[in-house]
Amino acid sequence: MKIREVTLSTTPTAEAVADLRLGDIVYLDGLIYTAREGVYMRALEGQANIPMELPSQSAANFHCSPAAVIREDGSFDLGAVTATASFRFAKWLPEWIAKTGARLIIGKGGMSSKDYKEYFVPNGAVYLSTVGYGTGALLGRGVETVEAVHWHEELGIAQAMWVIRARRMGPFIVASNMQGECLFERENAKIAENLDRVYEGTKPAVLKRYGETDDRSDEVIG
Amino acid sequence: MIPIDLIETTAETLMDKAAIEIPQDYLDGLKAAARNEDGDLSSFVLKAMLENYEAAKEDRRAMCGDTGVPRWFVKLGNEARIEGGFVALEAALRRATATATTGVPLRPNRVHPLWRTDHNNNVGIGAPEIEYGFEPEGDWIDLITVHKGGLFGTDYRMLFPSDGIEGIKRFYLDSLVAFGKRGLACQPAIIGIGLGGSKDTCMVLGKRASVLRTVGSRNSDPKIAAMEDEFKELGNSIGMGAMGFVGKNMVIDCNIEVGYCHTGGMQMSVHAFCLSSRRAVARIFPDGRVEHRTDPDWFTPYQRRETIEWDPVREAAE
Repeated sequence: MKIREVTLSTTPTAEAVADLRLGDIVYLDGLIYTAREGVYMRALEGQANIPMELPSQSAANFHCSPAAVIREDGSFDLGAVTATASFRFAKWLPEWIAKTGARLIIGKGGMSSKDYKEYFVPNGAVYLSTVGYGTGALLGRGVETVEAVHWHEELGIAQAMWVIRARRMGPFIVASNMQGECLFERENAKIAENLDRVYEGTKPAVLKRYGETDDRSDEVIG
Repeated sequence: MIPIDLIETTAETLMDKAAIEIPQDYLDGLKAAARNEDGDLSSFVLKAMLENYEAAKEDRRAMCGDTGVPRWFVKLGNEARIEGGFVALEAALRRATATATTGVPLRPNRVHPLWRTDHNNNVGIGAPEIEYGFEPEGDWIDLITVHKGGLFGTDYRMLFPSDGIEGIKRFYLDSLVAFGKRGLACQPAIIGIGLGGSKDTCMVLGKRASVLRTVGSRNSDPKIAAMEDEFKELGNSIGMGAMGFVGKNMVIDCNIEVGYCHTGGMQMSVHAFCLSSRRAVARIFPDGRVEHRTDPDWFTPYQRRETIEWDPVREAAE
């Protein structure tokens, strides 16, 4: 299969989002903000005013905290950028996407097709996964400037809302589409066909554990 | 006497190297994986990783934005003496960890488990961990820093002798398949397996097997070495590659370490050392020489000794 590369704005049109296919490689231009549990709790549960115009400034929410430092003079030094696992944020994402108009949720590991169908597709949003989960230096190169860091005093550097200007930042992989399909579930299904053969010659543990499954189409998330 | 200032500056350098420079043994292993990978998406991921290591070195920026949780393994020759003693040593390692966190920069990952307090310097209660080992000869100190990432990819299970090799294989595969999906384990990885000990030491053995042994190293017990080869191949036969995409590279290498355990049990732990296998090592001598390397060389014959007394001559003859 030929892998397709796409350059996308972080305030993309509905058509541009709908055109994305599972497994496309995406590079982003424009403003991206980081938001994870700290920002979600403060903005949604604490009802704090979000310090940006969303989605007009950015419709791209990165589940990330950068390897970065805020200097004493208030300037920023940002090195590598890598995503954190998104499934842990399912509690807040439906409200966040509806409230902020986010169309690109960027992170690690993706969500389930159930999540995509329930609140990604109706809001015109797709999921972009970082690559390998370790391409932090490449992504760091795509950061033109750090425009602002909001709430770092309240939330700390790792949980703060970093606003970064991206220039051809990537690579990212399209992990959901406007049909609500999930790239990882598609791959899981292909791999599952082989698992019985791999497990031949093994046997279940003598001592069982609560909540244990022997269905290998299951995942540990969700 | 080993100068304390030299320990601190060397520790800072090690923090920098660990975060930025992929160890050569792992890089060679990943290049070999990239050559034989035929899954299209997995293959793309491996190529991107190789570019990423280059970018990190060129720009002197961390390989991965999640720079893991820095920790220290310290090994001392029996004749080593440290200026200021062990309290000074621990303070120097804590200072170096904090300094490097803002210097590289690293992500200040360490927070209080309940209050989420972040000192923004990767130092706190029990952090960084400092673990010790000793060798019968030498006046040097080895500083080893490991920045292992990972909320995923590690598991423990109490198995029993009746579980046998079939049970060990089952738990190994379960760990890889469960955490390999969506690439949560950040594979392909160096997989460490701990067998025996007690629950806590079993976890320690498995973690050290993944982070303190290099790709291509083999256990000194030939039967365990054969298991390592077999388990590497087994993991790579799952059909899963980088990020959980269809592929054939899950395990860059599999290292197994054992410890004597309760006669009724067979504890097992599995650990995945991720795509940014961050480790850096230096040996410091009292005369001020510093030798950098990436192989911790932790599991010496002395560390794996079985006898009451240490008798290297007899060990060698056996």
